[in-house]
Amino acid sequence: MHFLYPMCCFNSLLNLTCQNQNNYIQDHLKSALFDAFCLTADVFNRPLCSLISLFFHFFSSFQMQFMLLFSRQGKLRLQKWYVPLSDKEKKKITRELVQTVLARKPKMCSFLEWRDLKIVYKRYASLYFCCAIEDQDNELITLEIIHRYVELLDKYFGSVCELDIIFNFEKAYFILDEFLLGGEAQETSKKNVLKAIEQADLLQEV
Amino acid sequence: MPTVSKGDGMRGLAVFISDIRNCKSKEAEIKRINKELANIRSKFKGDKALDGYSKKKYVCKLLFIFLLGHDIDFGHMEAVNLLSSNKYTEKQIGYLFISVLVNSNSDLIRLINNGIKNDLASRNPTFMNLALHCIANVGSREMAEAFAFEIPSILVAGDTMDSVKQSAALCLLRLNRTSPDLVPMGEWTARVVHLLNDQHLGVVTAATSLITTLAQKSPDDFKTSISLAVARLSRIVTSASIDLQDYTYYFVAAPWLSVKLLRLLQCYPPPEDAALRSRLTECLETILNKAQEPPKSKKVQHSNAKNAVLFEAISLIIHHDSEPTLLVRACNQLGQFLQHRETNLRYLALESMCTLASSEFSHEAVKTHIDTVINALKTERDVSVRQRAVDLLYAMCDRSNAKQIVAEMLSYLETADYSIREEIVLKVAILAEKYAVDYTWYVDTILNLIRVAGDYVSEEVWYRVIQIVINRDDVQGYAAKTVFEALQAPACHENLVKVGGYILGEFGNLIAGDSRSSPLVQFNLLHSKFHLCSVPTRALLLSAYIKFINLFPEVKATIQDVLRSDSQLRNADVELQQRAVEYLKLSCIASTDILATVLEEMPPFPERESSILAKLKKKKGPGKLPDIDDNRRNVNGSSEHSENTDTTSKASAHPFTDILNLNSTPSTGPNLLVDVFSDSSTSASVDVSEDNFSRFVCKNNGVIYENQLLQIGLKSEYRQNLGRIYVFYGNKTSTQFLSFSSFVTTSDILKSQLNVHAKTVDPVIEGGAQVQQILNIECVSDFIDAPVLNIQFRYGGTLQNIAVKLPVMLNKFFQPTEMTSQDFFQRWKQLGAPQQEVQKIFKAQHPMDTDVTKAKILGFGVALLDGVDPNPANFVGAGVIHTKSTQVGCLLRLEPNAQAQMYRLTLRTSRESVSQRLCELLGEQF
Repeated sequence: MHFLYPMCCFNSLLNLTCQNQNNYIQDHLKSALFDAFCLTADVFNRPLCSLISLFFHFFSSFQMQFMLLFSRQGKLRLQKWYVPLSDKEKKKITRELVQTVLARKPKMCSFLEWRDLKIVYKRYASLYFCCAIEDQDNELITLEIIHRYVELLDKYFGSVCELDIIFNFEKAYFILDEFLLGGEAQETSKKNVLKAIEQADLLQEV
Repeated sequence: MPTVSKGDGMRGLAVFISDIRNCKSKEAEIKRINKELANIRSKFKGDKALDGYSKKKYVCKLLFIFLLGHDIDFGHMEAVNLLSSNKYTEKQIGYLFISVLVNSNSDLIRLINNGIKNDLASRNPTFMNLALHCIANVGSREMAEAFAFEIPSILVAGDTMDSVKQSAALCLLRLNRTSPDLVPMGEWTARVVHLLNDQHLGVVTAATSLITTLAQKSPDDFKTSISLAVARLSRIVTSASIDLQDYTYYFVAAPWLSVKLLRLLQCYPPPEDAALRSRLTECLETILNKAQEPPKSKKVQHSNAKNAVLFEAISLIIHHDSEPTLLVRACNQLGQFLQHRETNLRYLALESMCTLASSEFSHEAVKTHIDTVINALKTERDVSVRQRAVDLLYAMCDRSNAKQIVAEMLSYLETADYSIREEIVLKVAILAEKYAVDYTWYVDTILNLIRVAGDYVSEEVWYRVIQIVINRDDVQGYAAKTVFEALQAPACHENLVKVGGYILGEFGNLIAGDSRSSPLVQFNLLHSKFHLCSVPTRALLLSAYIKFINLFPEVKATIQDVLRSDSQLRNADVELQQRAVEYLKLSCIASTDILATVLEEMPPFPERESSILAKLKKKKGPGKLPDIDDNRRNVNGSSEHSENTDTTSKASAHPFTDILNLNSTPSTGPNLLVDVFSDSSTSASVDVSEDNFSRFVCKNNGVIYENQLLQIGLKSEYRQNLGRIYVFYGNKTSTQFLSFSSFVTTSDILKSQLNVHAKTVDPVIEGGAQVQQILNIECVSDFIDAPVLNIQFRYGGTLQNIAVKLPVMLNKFFQPTEMTSQDFFQRWKQLGAPQQEVQKIFKAQHPMDTDVTKAKILGFGVALLDGVDPNPANFVGAGVIHTKSTQVGCLLRLEPNAQAQMYRLTLRTSRESVSQRLCELLGEQF
C-alpha cells in the first residue's frame, strides 16, 4: 500500500481533531494522531522524521515552530510553542533537542538539520537560545531574532543573567510576547518593545 | 528603566524558587513541590476568599511548577478569575497561565473567551493587547469561532492604536493558520494590503507577515500587494542607514521587514509590469552591491543582518529564475562566502548554491566552485557543513565532472561520519550510474563503494549493479573479471560476496578461459567465503553453484559433493536445506538440455526508476533532494536510466527480491514499466478514469485514482439526500504541483438531477504534501450518470490533465429501513407491477462468502433483514432512497446458489428507473 493511503485516515483523524469542540478530546486526538504517525512509520517503514514533518505541515507552516531556552546543564528555562502539540510531544522534542545541541562543540555552525526542521541556536553565557524554523526560512534573521531578544532582556534586567530569567520568568515571557507573536516578529524596535513593557510596569505600581 | 524589584513584591514566589534551587536532590525537589501544591490547594479550597494578590502569587507558583516539568491539574479556575481583575499584573498573570497551560475544560473556554471579549471591548490598548496575545498564543478553534469576525475590524479601524494593530495582525495570522475556514475574507482584505504603506514600520512588519500567509492561500486576492511591497522595499534599501531610526539594526535598515517583504514577493512570479519589474531588479542589485561594500561595523550582528537580507534576495532571484545576470551575480557572491571565515556563512552558501545549481542560468557558474567545495568536504570541522558540501557536489554533478566528484566522494567516504555514510553511498551509486559513459567505470566505482563502506551499502545498491550488469552485455566480462579479482582479498565484505556470487554464477564462463580463473578456481574462491556468510548470502551462493554446474560440467562432481555434505543437506535452516536438496536432485536427474534451459542466463531486467534514487529520496524526505535529473540535464537521453523524478515508493517497495531466487523471472512488474511512461500521454487526451468506480459502490472511503505523480483518496459521508466528499490530493513527487485546479463537471442530464458544489483548492501542492477539497452534493432526483472530477496542474514543464469518475451513485442516498417479516412481504406484494421489479441472474465473480456478502449489502446502504426469508441462505434488505423531490422505498433480495456459483438478485421499488439502476450497481459487486 502506498503511504498516502493511510494518510487519508490521518486526515480524518485530523479533521476530527480540528473540528472537535472539546479541547480535552482534541488533545487526546492529537496524541492519538501522533502515535498513529509513529506506528505507521514502523509499519510502512518510512523514516519517522518525515512523518513528523508531515505532522508539522498539517498544522500549517509557521515561521517559527518553537523557542527554547536551556542552561548548560540541560535545565529548561523558558519554552514557547507556536505549534499545537501535546505535553508528551513537547517533552520528547525538548529532551532530544537539548541533548543534540549540548553535544555540539563551540566553533560549530549555529544551524543544524533536525528531523525536517532547521534548528538555529546560540549560546549566551550559560544559556542556550534555540529556535526551530522551517526548511525555507531564513536562518540568519532568526539568529538575530535571538540576539534582539537577548538585548531586550539585557536592557530590561540590566545585564541579564540566568538567575534573572529563573526568578522573573513571567517577565521573560511578557517581553517575548511583545517582541514575537505567533512565531513572527511583531515589533523589532527595541525602544518600542521596552516602552510597552515599561508602561505595563507603571500600571502595576498603581 | 525601572529597576526590577525581584519578584515584584511576590516575595513568596521568590522564596519558593530559592527553595527549589537549594534542593540537593530530585527527591527533595519533588517533596518541596508536593508540599507547595498541598498548600496552594488548601488555600484555593479554603473558606476565606483570597485577595487578588494571593491568587496571582499562587497561580504564578503553579506556573513555575509546571515549567519545571510537573503536571498541574488545578488552579485553572483561579487563573480565569484573574482575567476579570482590573489590576493589570493580575490580569497579565492570568493570561500567561492560560497561554502556557492551554486548558482542557470546555466550561473554562467559555469563561476565558468572556474575559477576552471584555478586554477587547475595553478600548484600553494595554488590555486589548493582552487579550490579543492570548488569542495568538492559544489559537484554538473555539477562540477562532468567537473572535475571527471581530479582529479584522480592529485591525483596519482608523482609530486603533498602532501596537494593537500589530497584535491584531499577528493574531489573525495565527487564527488563519489554525482555522482558515473561520477567518472570513472580505472588504477588510483590501485595506490590510494598504497597511504596507503605513507610517509605522512595526505595523508594516506585522502586516507583511499576515499578508504573506494570506497570499500563499489565495494569491489572486492579494496581487495588489506586489507593487506596494516593491515600493516599500525600494525605500528601505535606498534609505540612509539612520533614516529608519530604531528600526535600523546595527547599521542595517529594517532587516526583518526587508526579509519579510522579499518573502512576500516569493509568493508571486516576477511582476509583469515592466516598470515595476525594473524597480525590483534595481532593489535586488542594490542589495547585491551592498554585500561588496566594506562593513559599517565589525560586529557579527551587522554582517548577519546584512546577509540575512542578501540570502533572502538570492532566494527571490532563484525563485524568479528569470534574470541570468542576477543569478550569476548571486552565484559569485555565494562563491565568496564559500571561503568566508564564518562557519555560518559557509554553511548557508553551500545550502543556497544547491538550489542555484538547478537553474540552467547558473548551473555552469556553480560548477566553477567545485574545487572550493571539495576542499570544504576535506577540511570543514563541522559535520553539518560537510553534509552541505556533499549535497552541493551532488547537485552540481553532471557528465563533465562526474568522475572527479565521484572519486572525491569515495575518498571522503573512508573518513566520513557514520551518520551520513549511507546517504553518501546512495549518492555515489546514483551519480556513478547516471553519468557513466563507460560502464567499466561504473562497476569499478560500485565495487570500490562496497570495499570502502560495505556496511552502508544497502540492498538497493547491489541489486542495482547486478541489474545493470545483466542488462548490458558489453560490461559483463569486465564485471566478472573485476569481482573475481576483488574476491581474492583475504577479507571482503559480504555484499561483495553477494555481487560476486551472482555475477560469477551468470558470467563466470566469460573468464573461465584463463587458467588463473578456471572454473574450479572460481568455485573454490566463492566457497572459501561460504562459511563466513549469513543465511541469505549462502542461499545465493548455492544458486550460483547450481549455475556453475550448468556452465562448467567439469566441476559438477565437486559441487555435488559439496551439496551432498551433511552441512548442506541437513542444514538447520529450511531454505538452505531445501535449496541443497533440490539443486542436488536437479543436477542428478536432469539432462544437459534441461539443465541448460532451467539455468539459462537471466533475461534483462525491465527498465524503471533506479531503486536507489527512490531510496535516497525516501531517506531525505520529500522536497529535500535537488532534482538532478530534470530535463535540462538529461544529456545522454539514454534509456538505461528512467529519467523520472517521481518518488514511487513502489520501486523500493519491491526491490529485486527475485535476485535471491533464481527460479522466478526478473520481470516482477511489467506494470511498473508502463507506469513510468504513461504520464506523457495523459496531457494529450484525457480519458476519464473509472477503474476504481465500481469498487466504491459498497464503500465510501479509499483511493480512487493513482498514478506516479498523484494519488487521490476519498472519504465520503451521506445523509438523506445530501452528501459530502473529502477529496485528498497527495503529491507523490518531491516537486511542487503548480496551478493546481480541480472542478467537477456533470453531463447535461445529470445537471438537473444532482447538484455538486466543489470548494476551491490551493493552487500549489508542495512535494510530498496532501491537500483536501470538499465537495458538497445534493441529490435532486434519481440519476444514472456520475459526475466527473477534472484535475489540472503543472508538473515540471508539462500540464497534466486527469479526469476521474466520481463514485457518486444513487445507492449512496439510501437510508436503511428495519421492518418485520410481515411488513416486508406486504410491501413486496404492493410493488408487484412488472415494471417495478427488476431481476438479474449472474455468475459469482468472487468467492461466495456470507460475511463478505452481508458487508457489501450493508455497504450498499440498505438494512439487512434477518429472519424474513424462509431460506436462511438468502439475503433480504430494505431501504429508502432520499432525493430532494421524492423518496423511493426499495426492497431487495439476493439468492445465492453455491453449487452453481450463481446469484439471483431481485429489486422492487416504486420507480422503474430506480430499480433498474440499483440492480445494475449491485449486480456487479458479487
